[in-house]
Amino acid sequence: MAENEYIYYPGCSLEATAIEYNMSVRLIFKALGIKLVEPDDWSCCGSTPAHSVDHVFAGALAARNLAIVEKMGASTVITPCPACLSAFKKAHLRMVDNEEFKKEVNELLEVPYECGVTAKSVLQVLLEDVGLEAIAEKVTTDFPDLKVAPYYGCIIARPPEVMQFDDPENPVAMDKILTALGVEVCDFAFKTECCGAAFGVVKKKMVNELSSKILNMVLDCGANCLSVPCQLCQQNLDLRQDQINATMHASFKLPVLYFTQIMGLAWGYSPRELGLDKHNVRADHLIRSKRSIEEKRREEEEKAKTKKGKGKKGKVKKKPKAPKTEDKKAETKQPEAKTEEA
Amino acid sequence: MELINLTEDTDWDFIEQVREESGQDPFLCYQCGNCTAGCPYTEFFDFPVNQIMRLLQAGQKETILKSRAIWQCATCEACTTRCPCNIDIAHIMDVLRIIARRENYVSEKDIKKFYDSFLDSLKHHGRVFEVGILMGYNIKSGHLFSDADLGPKIMGKGKVHFFPTNIKGKDKIVSIFEKFKQKRKNRG
Repeated sequence: MAENEYIYYPGCSLEATAIEYNMSVRLIFKALGIKLVEPDDWSCCGSTPAHSVDHVFAGALAARNLAIVEKMGASTVITPCPACLSAFKKAHLRMVDNEEFKKEVNELLEVPYECGVTAKSVLQVLLEDVGLEAIAEKVTTDFPDLKVAPYYGCIIARPPEVMQFDDPENPVAMDKILTALGVEVCDFAFKTECCGAAFGVVKKKMVNELSSKILNMVLDCGANCLSVPCQLCQQNLDLRQDQINATMHASFKLPVLYFTQIMGLAWGYSPRELGLDKHNVRADHLIRSKRSIEEKRREEEEKAKTKKGKGKKGKVKKKPKAPKTEDKKAETKQPEAKTEEA
Repeated sequence: MELINLTEDTDWDFIEQVREESGQDPFLCYQCGNCTAGCPYTEFFDFPVNQIMRLLQAGQKETILKSRAIWQCATCEACTTRCPCNIDIAHIMDVLRIIARRENYVSEKDIKKFYDSFLDSLKHHGRVFEVGILMGYNIKSGHLFSDADLGPKIMGKGKVHFFPTNIKGKDKIVSIFEKFKQKRKNRG
């Protein structure tokens, strides 16, 4: 495997209902000059339905893909989907820990898996391999209206012994990336609460209730949209938002963006290239107002200067007259900007 | 409150079976309730997850395998992450669901039908074909128009494929299903 190349397992949803996650991930890696290569003729990881039948069976469905990656000469596979990631990690760890389990799984496979592959999330690789500095360097555009609630979903860092990434109760990987992009990240208390997972079709009421709690918390923390790394969460919260509104007598209108889409926006890609038009709840009003990163810096410097001035005078007198007018100026400036955005 | 005669009603074979299949020791649980406190599904469960653990210690096979809780668990891993005794509770729930399926105790038939529809699609195409799963489930469950309201929201966005794409090695997937079936048969 070449240095600037990853084996990339998109997973089934990313070819269909989560196509915009796939588009944005691919665009991000292209911008970084990193090639993504899919495992030859990959198959479904098995997900929840397989592990409710049998663990050896589920292990085989996941390990078939790991064996393909192994055969390609790679030791890492990356995937954007937390469910695929969990399936890969669990199959791998159980095979490493238990010789009998490994034997049983390999008996179901044509090509045996020899436990030489580490699965990582796209989120992990962007944070650890690419790094915040490189992510920040690429930023061209600022979206002053975006106030993001970082929602991770239940399994991207849980259980910690399996996922071996970030904090299981208070993950911060996405917060760090969003902050590096210059996006305002809100303090969100429901980062790892479950949205209802795969029960969307079968237990609608349950999913609507759980998802509405998350959306309520988004409003409570002062955010106006969500950033997610999981396509199932995205689907439950975005595609089903009208169902949530109907069952829970609510009126949510909260866009749910993939964190890779927000990265793409900050790096100057168009909403269409990133598939933002494919969401149910559109984010158009939040990204309409934008400025270049140079402009942002200039405006922030000016702001800091006025603040400094205010501070100096404030030391001399407790309630000085002059700074008040400056304050007013600053205040009037902001609403002006806001009307432009609206 | 239901009274259980622990001397007469404890199914020790069942406890041993779960212990063996899950690799977890249910007797480590001292009923602190941390799992239930963090479980997002408690309000829907007939038995909160800590009660499932207690019923397991008491070997109450029938009650557990007939419960809806073991099917409504989404494996969100909150219980496993927070258990002070490091019991992989979500894994135990998974094993209970597997045993319930194997021994025909399915209390949540629609959930099982949905999972079956998913696995049918996987078996036939090698990858999961979302429209096919939904249609398969709607037919199996009799809820013919489930999620029909979502159709217009995703049409014309390149998200829906009306025909599945098969992977080249789809016979290898069929072979995993067949070999597994055979394995189970041999075991009896």
